[in-house]
Amino acid sequence: MSNLEPVTAPGAARLYEKRKPVHPQKVDGPFRRFKWLVMVVALSIYYGTPWIRWDRGPYAPDQAVLVDLANRRFYMFGIEIWPQEFYFVAGLLIMAGIGLFLVTSAVGRAWCGYSCPQTVWTDLFQHVDRLVDGDRNAQMRLERAPWGPKKIAHRAVKWSIYLAISFWTGGAWIMYFADAPTLTQEFWSGQAAPVAYATVAVLTATTFILGGFMREQVCIYMCPWPRIQGAMVDEKSLIVTYKHWRGEPRGSVKKAEKNPGAFGDCVDCNQCVAVCPTGYDIRKGPDIACITCALCIDVCDRVMREVGRPRGLIDYATLEDCEREQAGEPARPAWKALLHPRTIIYFSIWAAIGLGLLFALGVRSHTDISVAPDRNPPFMLMSDGSVRNAYTVKLRNMESRPRDMRVAIEGLPGAEMWTDEIARADAARVLTMPVPADATKPLRLYVIAPAGTASQDFAFTVTSLDEQAEMDTSETYFETPGGEQ
Amino acid sequence: MANKHIDEATGVETVGHEWDGIEELNNPLPRWWIWSFYATIVFAIGYCIAYPAWPLVDRATAGVLGWTSRGQLAKEMAVEDQRRAGTLAQLAILPIGKIQGNEQLMRAAVAGGRAAFKVNCVQCHGAGAAGSPGYPNLNDDDWLWGGDLNTIETTLLHGIRQPGDDETRNSIMPAFGDGFLTPQQIGALADHVLSLSGKAKDNPAGAKLFEENCAVCHGSDGKGLRQFGAPNLADAIWLYGGTREDVIRQITQPRMGVMPAWSGRLDPATIKMLAAYVHSLGGGEDFQEAVETEGQTKADPNEQP
Ligand code: SF4
Ligand code: SF4
Repeated sequence: MSNLEPVTAPGAARLYEKRKPVHPQKVDGPFRRFKWLVMVVALSIYYGTPWIRWDRGPYAPDQAVLVDLANRRFYMFGIEIWPQEFYFVAGLLIMAGIGLFLVTSAVGRAWCGYSCPQTVWTDLFQHVDRLVDGDRNAQMRLERAPWGPKKIAHRAVKWSIYLAISFWTGGAWIMYFADAPTLTQEFWSGQAAPVAYATVAVLTATTFILGGFMREQVCIYMCPWPRIQGAMVDEKSLIVTYKHWRGEPRGSVKKAEKNPGAFGDCVDCNQCVAVCPTGYDIRKGPDIACITCALCIDVCDRVMREVGRPRGLIDYATLEDCEREQAGEPARPAWKALLHPRTIIYFSIWAAIGLGLLFALGVRSHTDISVAPDRNPPFMLMSDGSVRNAYTVKLRNMESRPRDMRVAIEGLPGAEMWTDEIARADAARVLTMPVPADATKPLRLYVIAPAGTASQDFAFTVTSLDEQAEMDTSETYFETPGGEQ
Repeated sequence: MANKHIDEATGVETVGHEWDGIEELNNPLPRWWIWSFYATIVFAIGYCIAYPAWPLVDRATAGVLGWTSRGQLAKEMAVEDQRRAGTLAQLAILPIGKIQGNEQLMRAAVAGGRAAFKVNCVQCHGAGAAGSPGYPNLNDDDWLWGGDLNTIETTLLHGIRQPGDDETRNSIMPAFGDGFLTPQQIGALADHVLSLSGKAKDNPAGAKLFEENCAVCHGSDGKGLRQFGAPNLADAIWLYGGTREDVIRQITQPRMGVMPAWSGRLDPATIKMLAAYVHSLGGGEDFQEAVETEGQTKADPNEQP
């Protein structure tokens, strides 16, 4: 996992390497407190969101955030997304992606360090370790100790807590896909869908294994993201850096006292390694194993304070700042480091997509018509010489109340239409029909035009017959045996 | 490897490749990774034993579980058949007029008919039922024998000019070229026939010939008579083509298409479903005589979609 330490003795190639257990030590400081905050907020959002209620009237669910796969709807507070509006979701996903680029180019792998689910749950499980076994040293002692009643008891308690958290995590996930209170009740009375139990089982197992046991292995070996992140970080990005020109050569306080001037600021206390959730030694330089959680900054700042040296031996810094500092120039304020071409470009793209989505959300209509002309046969000659075309029409009422809709033929002189529900005798140029709440009404629609009509473009319009009077138009084509004239 | 290359700075063996001066260290994999890899191998072996896996010349190894995709399909089809059995039984016993009154049954019938049509009828009538010269278009409003559900069902059951079926639709048009009429007379007749639908100018000689030879089946106005299957000659639809040559050819040496009788080949439920589907294509007509003869309990024509 490190790029400098030989993990294989020369000449003695091993096929695999056993995981070196990581027992990070407790630490306090501004970054740790921020990490706590992010963890509480992230977990509350994850566990709590499905329970927020949102009144949408009698025809739609009352859950504020709901992914209704069965009915192909996505509800998010006041917004209801239909499948053909999936570009909203796609847009949000793209924003999330570019948001990650933005954060990475600004502050390195801060996403990994604070808000990645793997990090959040790993952190949670590490707190469980501390709660049950004690801090780092006690954990390591227990790790080494032979199996006995104490170790068995500790492991049993710890793993049961892991399991409870994992189960709760898996259980919370399914709440996003159905009415949460109902599903909870169904789940415990054994009436929920098999897929609900399967999902909970799979997520419980993955949380238990990935959060409880694999931890930093996921970040270092399984996750593709750190490999990609390299492309977004440059010498202008803030990353966690050990200032080797200030710290090296290392020497304990005692050595430094005996030999003033011969040693740098690092007292070689190894605290930075002890607190690292991935067990990495930041003094070896930036590495894939560092998730930029900045806990080593917290602990090293404390050590510096204790030995009376300036803080920031390990610090958030850009490589440019490092060079500047090495050359003896004063450091720039952090906010300046955040503004550089990359962050500005990523932010502009991110904001443009966001504004585009907001605009689309503002102007979108809840009435929609889509028309597909029949292709087999493309037209039908009737015995009186008139020509009939058939269309598959879909009327969409995206409001949670039933509405009447008026469909009209625009263009195509003399043409009339009827549907599979409205008899041919009632054919007209304008038809009015009810569309149920929050539904798509599929119609087979026939249009008949008098003999001698040429093939031509025309359109259907739909208007909702309510105070909103929303309109939508769909261009289509009328095919005749004579072709275009 | 004969000449191992050890990286000096780390003391780790390299993989032996170099890209622009960058070498890759051959660090060991995590243990769990390698065990996961072995597990996939074990799984693959187990899978090959349990399921059909190895292709042989004319089949694959059987697998000890005895599972096959064909067997699974058969099982699923059996479940599906069971699910449809009730609907099919109902379709089989109910007269077709009653089916039309039952919206749900009718929808099932149209859907089933669509599938049966794709198997049995598209060869002549085309995938969209639009027909081709000699094979009637089933979407339009022109029917040789009638377009209500009962009539369509009868046509399906007994076919058109189907030898050996007593109740088959039978109609014969004489070949006027066999010495009945001279070519000039046939030409005049064709002109009159075309004039019925406005495709030619009036031809008094032709009109006289029509009255003498054709009106008995096609009617004086040429609108045809369904009880003889005599086509309407005054409309825009031509089974064997609507040009002057087409009409002359048909008068001289008529073609008279056949359609197989499906009773005995398809079960009654399927035939009803086919009738329902053809009726739904856009040209379906309401019941007429059939309803009256079979009494008042028949489907109410007002219930039609
Ligand atoms: S915590 Fe700071 S002083 Fe201690 S070893 Fe790490 S860098 Fe050196
Ligand atoms: S090296 Fe420091 S910043 Fe990086 S993961 Fe470890 S503690 Fe966090």
